[in-house]
Amino acid sequence: MDKLRDSGSGPRAQGLILTTLFASSALVASTAKADWELNMPVGVTEISQSVYSLHMIIFWICVVIAVIVFGVMFWSIFHHRKSKGVKPASFHESTTVEIIWTVIPLLILVGMAVPATATLRQMYDTSDAEVDIQITGYQWKWRYQYLNEEIDFFSNLTTPKEQIENQAEKTDTYLLEVDNPLVLPVGKKVRFLLTSNDVIHSWWIPDFAVKKDAIPGFINEAWTKIDKPGTYRGQCAELCGKDHGFMPIVVVAMNDDDYAAWVAQQQTAKQAKAASAEKEWTLAELMTKGEQVYNTACAACHQANGMGIPGAFPALKGSPMATQDKAGHINIVLNGKAGTAMAAYGSQFDAVDLAAVITYERNAWGNDTGEIVTPQDIKQIQGQ
Amino acid sequence: MNDMTQPELMHGHHGPARGITRWIYTTNHKDIGTLYLWFSFAMFLIGGCMALVIRSELFQPGLQLVQPEFFNQMTTMHGLIMVFGAVMPAFVGLANWMIPLMVGAPDMALPRMNNLSFWILPFAFAMLLSTLLMEGGGPNFGWTFYAPLSTTYAPPSVTFFIFSVHMMGISSIMGAINVIATILNMRAPGMTMMKMPLFVWTWLITAFLLIAVMPVLAGVITMMLMDIHFGTSFFDAGGGGDPVLFQHLFWFFGHPEVYIMILPAFGIISHIVPTFSRKRLFGYASMVYATASIALLSFVVWAHHMFTVGLPLAGELFFMYSTMLIAVPTGVKVFNWISTMFRGAISFETPMLFAIGFIVLFTIGGFSGLMLAISPADFQYHDTYFVVAHFHYVLVPGAVFSIIAGAYYWLPKWTGHMYDERLGQWHFWLSMVGVNLTFFPMHFIGLAGMPRRIPDYALQFADFNMIASIGGFLFGFSQLLFLYIVIKCVKGGQKAEDKPWEGAEGLEWQVASPAPYHTFAQPPRID
Repeated sequence: MDKLRDSGSGPRAQGLILTTLFASSALVASTAKADWELNMPVGVTEISQSVYSLHMIIFWICVVIAVIVFGVMFWSIFHHRKSKGVKPASFHESTTVEIIWTVIPLLILVGMAVPATATLRQMYDTSDAEVDIQITGYQWKWRYQYLNEEIDFFSNLTTPKEQIENQAEKTDTYLLEVDNPLVLPVGKKVRFLLTSNDVIHSWWIPDFAVKKDAIPGFINEAWTKIDKPGTYRGQCAELCGKDHGFMPIVVVAMNDDDYAAWVAQQQTAKQAKAASAEKEWTLAELMTKGEQVYNTACAACHQANGMGIPGAFPALKGSPMATQDKAGHINIVLNGKAGTAMAAYGSQFDAVDLAAVITYERNAWGNDTGEIVTPQDIKQIQGQ
Repeated sequence: MNDMTQPELMHGHHGPARGITRWIYTTNHKDIGTLYLWFSFAMFLIGGCMALVIRSELFQPGLQLVQPEFFNQMTTMHGLIMVFGAVMPAFVGLANWMIPLMVGAPDMALPRMNNLSFWILPFAFAMLLSTLLMEGGGPNFGWTFYAPLSTTYAPPSVTFFIFSVHMMGISSIMGAINVIATILNMRAPGMTMMKMPLFVWTWLITAFLLIAVMPVLAGVITMMLMDIHFGTSFFDAGGGGDPVLFQHLFWFFGHPEVYIMILPAFGIISHIVPTFSRKRLFGYASMVYATASIALLSFVVWAHHMFTVGLPLAGELFFMYSTMLIAVPTGVKVFNWISTMFRGAISFETPMLFAIGFIVLFTIGGFSGLMLAISPADFQYHDTYFVVAHFHYVLVPGAVFSIIAGAYYWLPKWTGHMYDERLGQWHFWLSMVGVNLTFFPMHFIGLAGMPRRIPDYALQFADFNMIASIGGFLFGFSQLLFLYIVIKCVKGGQKAEDKPWEGAEGLEWQVASPAPYHTFAQPPRID
């Protein structure tokens, strides 16, 4: 895993000790180290480091108890076996011993609860954040909205289908790579506001020790303060349907100057995009643009070939909706269909993308209607 | 103690009916126990095949064998079938067979209801399995079926899923009522509560847990049904509901459910360890109190399954502390078993091997449970393979090993024959290696960051996944050996004595082997 994390190479020593302790897995210890990661990452935030040390404390407590308990047990197994001709003792209770082994574990637990409580209180303190980011889970992608900078984008898996279907070599970042990573400044307290557009998702970056559910209709809070610049990867942690395994999270942490430059660049790009909605689009341009949008937003369910998945997701190829009922087609893309997985894309994409994708669906896979839906059409309908 | 030979019961018309009607109409606790046990074994194999589909897909990164939508159906059905079809009916089967024999009762208190509570199950599971063939596929939202994935976004077959879970719940509640009625009313004269065998005690407490929480499950799936078909919004924020309410209700059922699957196991182990240590169980009274404490605590820990849903800080702390407390009575039990072995005269027949395997591996599952209780650390563990490793350690070498141990322990009583000891030892060692090879590496991939319920994974998890898959196949196929051993034992073998185990105690060893069709028509007298 280290080659995927640009920083944080701590737990190697504990990892080695773990290996020797767990004899059942010792046979696999020494090969390519990246593939044999044994322990939780220490991470790059104060919280992740506290969590890591809590994890190691409770782990070692368990190891000590295990050594004592299993020690007595195996000692009995070896020395008090019938084949050695021993006579069984007759004792079968002792109030004193029982009180001792009730009280001692209780004290250990109290000792453990104290640092755990302190860390938890810290994790729950979301006050005084310098950057606020709203994270929305969608089936199956993430949306990041920078509340103060007015930056808003989606983050989709970029691993090609050929790699997933074993027709191409898998790269090191297989399933952990996205088109638009979340960019964050280093050393600033960042607050996350998490919610969802459809089912429950869970946003998780192991290196930050941040995992929080994104729940439709509610907003959860979490925060982080990253110590080191780098690229950090995680995945959705709550089963959210078919492509739950294919909605990774990538965070790029930058120094202040780089971050400021990135924010400026995003705002310029946003203005350029707004301007493009006013120009005249040809069918060919819309088709090219539409195919891109279709593959990131629609292909997961309706499939790249427009055939859908029978019984679950309807086909678009040759469907009455995509070949005849133009108004209905625009309506369902903009507003979704209640009670199904078809989301309302009107709030997810700008007019150019929406026009392009609808045009694409009406002309691809032999749907050849020849009809163009323009960004102006979309704006007009949305304006009503 | 009375003489148990009761010749008046040996007349032909008191024996079982012949043919298939014997099994359909039976009200005999031994027949019904046998039905439950075979049913649960069949479900264990079906659920096991699904596990092997999962492990095959996860053998290597990339999608090879199944598509994600079918993979999700496999994880969901595997969990549902193993929990409701394999583990729970196996314990009810053991209860049916052994509780009347252990308390000196002629049968269960409510024999006709006993028949009904079994025969509901094949229909419930046939319906559940049939959803796999329906348009849109079977349940694909995980065995915890969180809303709104299981309501608004569910396949149409979810309605059949709800109906079948209702039927399973009815079966469980009737079974539990029967166990309670039998234990409270039908103990032999002189058997006071604190003289009851521990399997009887643990089942009594389990039955109360079942009665308390099964209606909550029934409630929550009915609310789902209403949301899906009748326009309510219990779990939909758009209509004033709350998806998290689903999780609170589900886990208010779900956590006691976890103990429903382990308390009878504690009872079985508390019989086997003293028998083969040839020494009385250490701390009988504290075992009873510990079981009761675990059961009571199980009602106030449910939200530890929900540490990442955004509970308020106070709730997070309360559920962390209450969960940690469970380690105390559980620890008492482990200490008691080990003190029972200490200075005994131990022999290692197959039931004892599985019992020792249980103690060691269940304790490891307990340790990872304690780690999961630490709420800040749980933010890293939650919904990863670390959790998968944890609950498989307490359920497979926990609950399942105890059931297998109990089967070997009582097979001589059930069949009148000794099982093949050499094959039994093979079964144990193959299972022991297989189970650890499967589930131990899952701790590592979980800590390294692999989420659960994904059909494909990043490359750094590849090697441990491959080991887990190999272990899974080893464990799965070893269970066919168990099937062979049981069939061989039913068909013949060395004649079993009434009390085949030197150190065994209890009324069940005072009746003949195999146990006659009717036992204890005259209650024995306990002094």
